[in-house]
Amino acid sequence: MAQANFEALAALAAHITAQQGAAVVSTEVAFGEVSVTILPSHLEGFVQFLRDDAECKFSSLVDITAVDHPEEDPRFVMVYHFLSMYKNQRIRVKMGVADGAMTPSICAIHPSANWFEREVFDMFGLMFSNHPDLRRILTDYGFRGHPLRKDFPTTGYTEVRYDEAQKRVVYEPVSLVQEYRQFDFLSPWESAKYVLPGDEKKA
Amino acid sequence: MMDGKLETNAFGDALTGEQRIRNFNLNFGPQHPAAHGVLRLVLELDGEIVERCDPHIGLLHRGTEKLMESRTYLQNLPYFDRLDYVAPMNQEHAWCLAIETLTGTVVPRRASLIRVLFCEIGRILNHLLNCTTQAMDVGALTPPLWGFEEREKLMVFYERACGARLHAAYFRPGGVHQDLPDALLDDIEAWTWTFPKVLEDLHTLLTENRIFKQRNVDIGVVTEDDILKYGFSGVMVRGSNMAWDLRRSQPYECYDEFDFKIPVGKNGDCYDRYLVRMEEMTQSIMIIRQAIAKLRMEGGEVLARGKITPPSRRDMKTSMEALIHHFKLYTEGFHVPAGEVYVAVEAPKGEFGVYLKSDGSNKPYRTKIRAPGFLHLQAMDHVAKGHQLADVAAIIGTMDIVFGEVDR
Repeated sequence: MAQANFEALAALAAHITAQQGAAVVSTEVAFGEVSVTILPSHLEGFVQFLRDDAECKFSSLVDITAVDHPEEDPRFVMVYHFLSMYKNQRIRVKMGVADGAMTPSICAIHPSANWFEREVFDMFGLMFSNHPDLRRILTDYGFRGHPLRKDFPTTGYTEVRYDEAQKRVVYEPVSLVQEYRQFDFLSPWESAKYVLPGDEKKA
Repeated sequence: MMDGKLETNAFGDALTGEQRIRNFNLNFGPQHPAAHGVLRLVLELDGEIVERCDPHIGLLHRGTEKLMESRTYLQNLPYFDRLDYVAPMNQEHAWCLAIETLTGTVVPRRASLIRVLFCEIGRILNHLLNCTTQAMDVGALTPPLWGFEEREKLMVFYERACGARLHAAYFRPGGVHQDLPDALLDDIEAWTWTFPKVLEDLHTLLTENRIFKQRNVDIGVVTEDDILKYGFSGVMVRGSNMAWDLRRSQPYECYDEFDFKIPVGKNGDCYDRYLVRMEEMTQSIMIIRQAIAKLRMEGGEVLARGKITPPSRRDMKTSMEALIHHFKLYTEGFHVPAGEVYVAVEAPKGEFGVYLKSDGSNKPYRTKIRAPGFLHLQAMDHVAKGHQLADVAAIIGTMDIVFGEVDR
């Protein structure tokens, strides 16, 4: 069954590549899922094709998110998941997005993209063109920074408390009573990327 | 605040000052009993008709996805209980399935059956809460009192299985934490024979109740087009005559060997969604009974012993390697091969998904939690438009919003 499933997914990937050759960079089938990497400039047309093509019929948008790779260029990967309730199949669409680049919004094609794109904007600071209402969504009113970027500290920059004297909630810089504990449990013989103290002679 | 748009006079008549009416902006929540948590809705009202509805979410945002990036796979598991805290184990299930897919772990059959058993208990926990509190939102007080009594019994089953009433951390990558005692199976089965009577009582309270029907029938109608446009899942889909259930269409665990029906509604209104939830509880009871019957036949391990699971206590007493493995597992944690996967389960509220990207280390590089309530709440503006203010409470209730998962 797994083999038949793999062939069906490979056939779907081949169909998409044949129809949208200009947009598709590469396709991959792994863990029973199809991933398609596309060029950002073709996003809208590609999503429209996925929705309307009779073979695909990816009528529901499941998820939009991004992954931050600070050392890579382009820095971000935008990840879209689509589902077809009619064909009972799923697809993942990925594309590289540089920091500060504008991504076309797909709200006009899938209205459910609205909040997902707001979330990506909020969490990663990636902008969308033609988005009807690109506000922050999950973080506090007046929040600064984009928390899911890898260079954003887990503790954040500000903390809040209720001030009894001023009778209001005040914002202050984070002050930790003890150091934020980040243990390195990786085995030094297997995967540590630094030279162990006292082990420098090898280097 | 009367800062809405100025109503224009269609007839060109002369107006007195009092007739110059602006739309009324109303702030609903964040501390409203019918908001099911911390939801702030900014409603623009024309009289009592909702013209626009802008949900402000994020008041319960705890940065789960950020926190997960600095913790090991096993340490991240309990965060899933705290997403949709109404049915905690269903969330853990998605996380375990994602890890098992990437590591290629095969779950022992007994563990698989236990997972199905507790997922269905979670479904009943959720639907009991949702149906009865939605009834409370539209004016009934007794149903939540009766429903919560049964929820309490189910939470005792949770406690007997894993020691915690709510935040279970019971499903583990590779199986479940501990085996169930036989007495617990007997008690759960005994409960499945008393619970239908309670469901029957809830039906007599609500199903033909005139007020309940007046408040729910033809309210918040969802069409097939809405479902596709707004990415609905779960009961929001099944209430509108689409038999879409991941347990049936994309079977995970061992759901394909269970005999159950998928109830669908015809009209897609709040009342049909209520009926679908009530029937799903009956179907869950059927699955629970089958799972218990299978569990009595099936002995054996409940954890796939290997790299990602702890050794047995017996081994730890005698084997040095087992002891080292145990220590390494609970400090360094296990490594997941590099790769990415999206796994979805049919949680009681709809499709709950986890997108996991691993870089081969002991911590997830990126996890995206896809909560069904997020999309349902997003469509609030569309669904509530043109309804009366009082219907907003009924619609929020029937969308089954829990802020733990919406805000993450």
